Amino acid sequence: MGNTAGLQKEIGAISTFADLAPIRKMIRSCIQCGTCTASCPNEFAMDFTPRRLWRMVLMDQTEDIFESKTFVLCSSCYFCTLRCPRGLPLTEAMSALKQIATRKKLPKFKESVNFYSCFIESVRRHGRVNEAEFMTRYFARLKNPLIPLRFAPLGVRLMMKGKISMLPPIKQARPLESIFRSVEALEERK
Amino acid sequence: MKYQYYPGCSLEGTALEYNVSTRALMESMGVELLEIKDWTCCGASAADSASYFLSLALPARNLAIAEKTEDVTDILVPCSACYLNLKKVEEKTKNNPELLGELNSILGPDQLELKGRMHVRHLLDVITTDLGPDTIHKYLKRELTGLKIAPYYGCQCLRPYPVFDDPELPRSMEPLITAVGAQIHPWNMGGKCCGASHVNTKPDVGLELVGGILQDAKGADAIITICPMCQMNLEAYQKKISRKQNINLSMTILYLPQLIGFALGLSQQQLRLDLNLSITDSFRKKLT
Ligand code: SF4
Ligand code: SF4
Repeated sequence: MGNTAGLQKEIGAISTFADLAPIRKMIRSCIQCGTCTASCPNEFAMDFTPRRLWRMVLMDQTEDIFESKTFVLCSSCYFCTLRCPRGLPLTEAMSALKQIATRKKLPKFKESVNFYSCFIESVRRHGRVNEAEFMTRYFARLKNPLIPLRFAPLGVRLMMKGKISMLPPIKQARPLESIFRSVEALEERK
Repeated sequence: MKYQYYPGCSLEGTALEYNVSTRALMESMGVELLEIKDWTCCGASAADSASYFLSLALPARNLAIAEKTEDVTDILVPCSACYLNLKKVEEKTKNNPELLGELNSILGPDQLELKGRMHVRHLLDVITTDLGPDTIHKYLKRELTGLKIAPYYGCQCLRPYPVFDDPELPRSMEPLITAVGAQIHPWNMGGKCCGASHVNTKPDVGLELVGGILQDAKGADAIITICPMCQMNLEAYQKKISRKQNINLSMTILYLPQLIGFALGLSQQQLRLDLNLSITDSFRKKLT
C-alpha cells in the first residue's frame, strides 16, 4: 500500500498505539474466520475486506487502515456483529474508526466526516435536526458545486411536499450545550 | 394502553406521514401516546460516527426526561435509528453502573438523572406483541384483498438486539399483513441493509443496495417499511436507479401504519398518503 507523504503527516497526528488500543482490545480474540466479510453488504465496494481490516488493526497497521475506505463503507447493518463466532462488537469497532477520522478531520474521508460533523453541529445549535439547514452547510463545506446538484431534484420534491423548509430555524436556547460540553470534557480526561 | 412517545427529528420533517399515521393508527386502536416533553435529537446515525459518549448521552437525556413520568415505563419509537440509539442506552447501562455514572455526570448539570427504568419499544414490537392480529381484526373496516405486500424490516430494529423477531429471517409483519386481508410477497430482502446514509456520502454503493431490494420486490404491489431512512432510500431514488440499470423499478412504498390504518378505515388524508414520494397509479386505483 503506497502512502503519500501528506497522508503520513496527517496520520502522524494520531498517536497510533493510543488511538487504536481500545479498538484492538475489542477485537483481540478474532480468529480470522471471515464470517464478517461474508456477511457484509458493502464488501463489494471495499478495498480491504472486514476480516483483513481486523487483521490490520491487530497488527497496528495504522497507515494502511486510514488509507483504506473500508470503515467508512460500513452502514451499521450489524450482520457481522450478529454472526461473528467470537461475539465481537464489530459494528462498534467500525464506528470507533469513524470516530478517529471525524476527530482528526482526515481529508481523505471529507464527505463522510463533513456529513457527520454538520449534522452534529446542527443538533448542538437547535436540539433537533433542521434537515434543510444541515444539508446546506454540508454542501457549503464540501466546496464541490456538483454535489448539491445530485440532491437538487429530491430537495425540490421534498419542498413541494412541505417536508423541508428553507426558512432559517427559529432561534432558541441551545438545550444540549451543557451535554456537549460535558462530553468534550469527559473525552479529554479519557 | 398507554405509551410514552418519542417521534424523533425525521418524523417532524421528511417523515411527517409516519408520525401522523402512527398517531392515527394508535388512536383508532385505543392506544394513548404521551409525547416526551422537550425531547431532543437522539444523535441519528451521525453521533455514533463522531463520539462514543455523545452517541449515548443524547439518547440518555431523552430517557431521563421520560423517567419523570413514573407510571408509564414503555417508550414507543417508530424510527428504527432512534429506536436503536435509545435501546443501546437501556441495554448498555443495565449491568454497568460505571457507564450509568458517567452518563449521569453528563446529565447532572441539566438536573436530569437516569435510573434505567425505561423500556424502549419499536412501533413494530408494540403492534406485534402488545396488540397483535386479533386487535387488528377487531377494528378492521376494509379487507385489502388482492394486495401483495413485501415487508421490509431493515437492520436496526432487528440487530444487534433481537427483541421481538428473528434477526436473520424476520417474519413479525406477516401475521399483520394477512390480518388486513393482504397477501405476502415472498422475498429474501426483508432484513437486508438499504445502505443507510450511503446515498448521501457514497451514492454509488447506496444505490446499488437499494436497487437490489427494489428488484426483488418486483411482483409485489407495495413495500412496507418501518423506518424513515429505509423509506426515503427506497422511495426517492427509483427513477435514478431505473435509468442506471435500464429497468423499471417503480414501486409503491408505504409505512406500516399507513397500510394497517387504511384497513382500519382511516382515510388517505388521515394517513397523509399525499406526502409519500412513491405511490404508483395502479396502486392508487386498487385503494379505491
Ligand atoms: S467474524 Fe469475528 S472472528 Fe471471524 S474474522 Fe470476523 S471478526 Fe474475526
Ligand atoms: S455492520 Fe458494517 S462491517 Fe458489519 S456487516 Fe454491516 S456494513 Fe459490514
